[in-house]
Amino acid sequence: MKKTSLWQIYATFFKIGGLTFGGGYAMLPLLQQEVVHTHHWASEEELLDIYAIGQVTPGIIAVNTATMIGYRQRGVLGAILATLGEITPSILIITTLATILLTFKDNNHLQNAFGGVRIAVCATLTVSIIRLMKKALIDVPTILFYLVVVGATFFFALSPIIVVIAAIVFGIGIQNSKEKRKKV
Amino acid sequence: MIYLTLFYEFFKIGLFSIGGGLATLPFLYQLAENRPQWLSPQMIADMIAISESTPGPIGINMATYAGFQVAGVGGGIIATLGEIAPSLIIIIIIARFLAEFDKNPIVKNAFYGLRAAVVGLITFALLRLLSVTLITNGSIELVSGAIYLVLIAFVLFFKRVHPIIWIALGAIIGLVVGLPS
Repeated sequence: MKKTSLWQIYATFFKIGGLTFGGGYAMLPLLQQEVVHTHHWASEEELLDIYAIGQVTPGIIAVNTATMIGYRQRGVLGAILATLGEITPSILIITTLATILLTFKDNNHLQNAFGGVRIAVCATLTVSIIRLMKKALIDVPTILFYLVVVGATFFFALSPIIVVIAAIVFGIGIQNSKEKRKKV
Repeated sequence: MIYLTLFYEFFKIGLFSIGGGLATLPFLYQLAENRPQWLSPQMIADMIAISESTPGPIGINMATYAGFQVAGVGGGIIATLGEIAPSLIIIIIIARFLAEFDKNPIVKNAFYGLRAAVVGLITFALLRLLSVTLITNGSIELVSGAIYLVLIAFVLFFKRVHPIIWIALGAIIGLVVGLPS
């Protein structure tokens, strides 16, 4: 099989990064098109496994996925170039936009518009959370743990890093005690 | 020196946020609390709006925007590189040693707890966002609150509509009503 060029890896992920709106979950259709159908770097099933690993490892899902696919093609260099390709459009677009926004920061109309934009962000975020709840809060222990996390972070400013570590201990502990109960 | 601190702070965010761009939000709020000269809760709200309406992963867009606010173009690049560095290291190690990583029972059990925690952390971020958006001087803005509830109903009902549409609609409502920011 012909070796994939590093440039091709960079260019492909540049394209994926530049065409994805809305983050990791939104990029699956584009990944299927580019990685599976156009370049044959992975099969449909392999892509899903890679995607699952990207979701359960630390960091941005899109970056994790890009790193993994790049690595499979050309090792460490491939991983680095895939990731750099994925983030280049963001850096270019956001830097330009942020410069423009800073220039017009004190404009009254722009401030009114952003007042409304913030409410819209709250609304879309609320709906995202409702959807995620259905997948994550599946029994009494997870619902209780969720309430404790919200209370501890909002009222007592508990660090999210401690929450992540506690969640790992909680998850393994609860599941182990369930398995023990089943055996008895 | 500021670049080094930026890289370190965003490296930490990349290392501890699991589950995509929105999961980096609570960490950004913590950063705003620890370094108020860098970020304000209002800036984070604008950042979410811009990151959701532009191409690219939300987490990366937010890192670039926050870094840019702190230290200009160089800051945007350094913050983004800091956020992706842990992914690169961890994924390369996993790709090498653990092909069946996500099927490992211990990893699966950890995720049973992590998923609930991630939703909890994003809820915390929403509560922070609501407290700067709907509350001024200790009292709830009734007009803003009503717009919020109506927009939730819209987003729930029209499932297939892209978030950029809701953000644009929010901007128009803000202009027409003359909302304070």
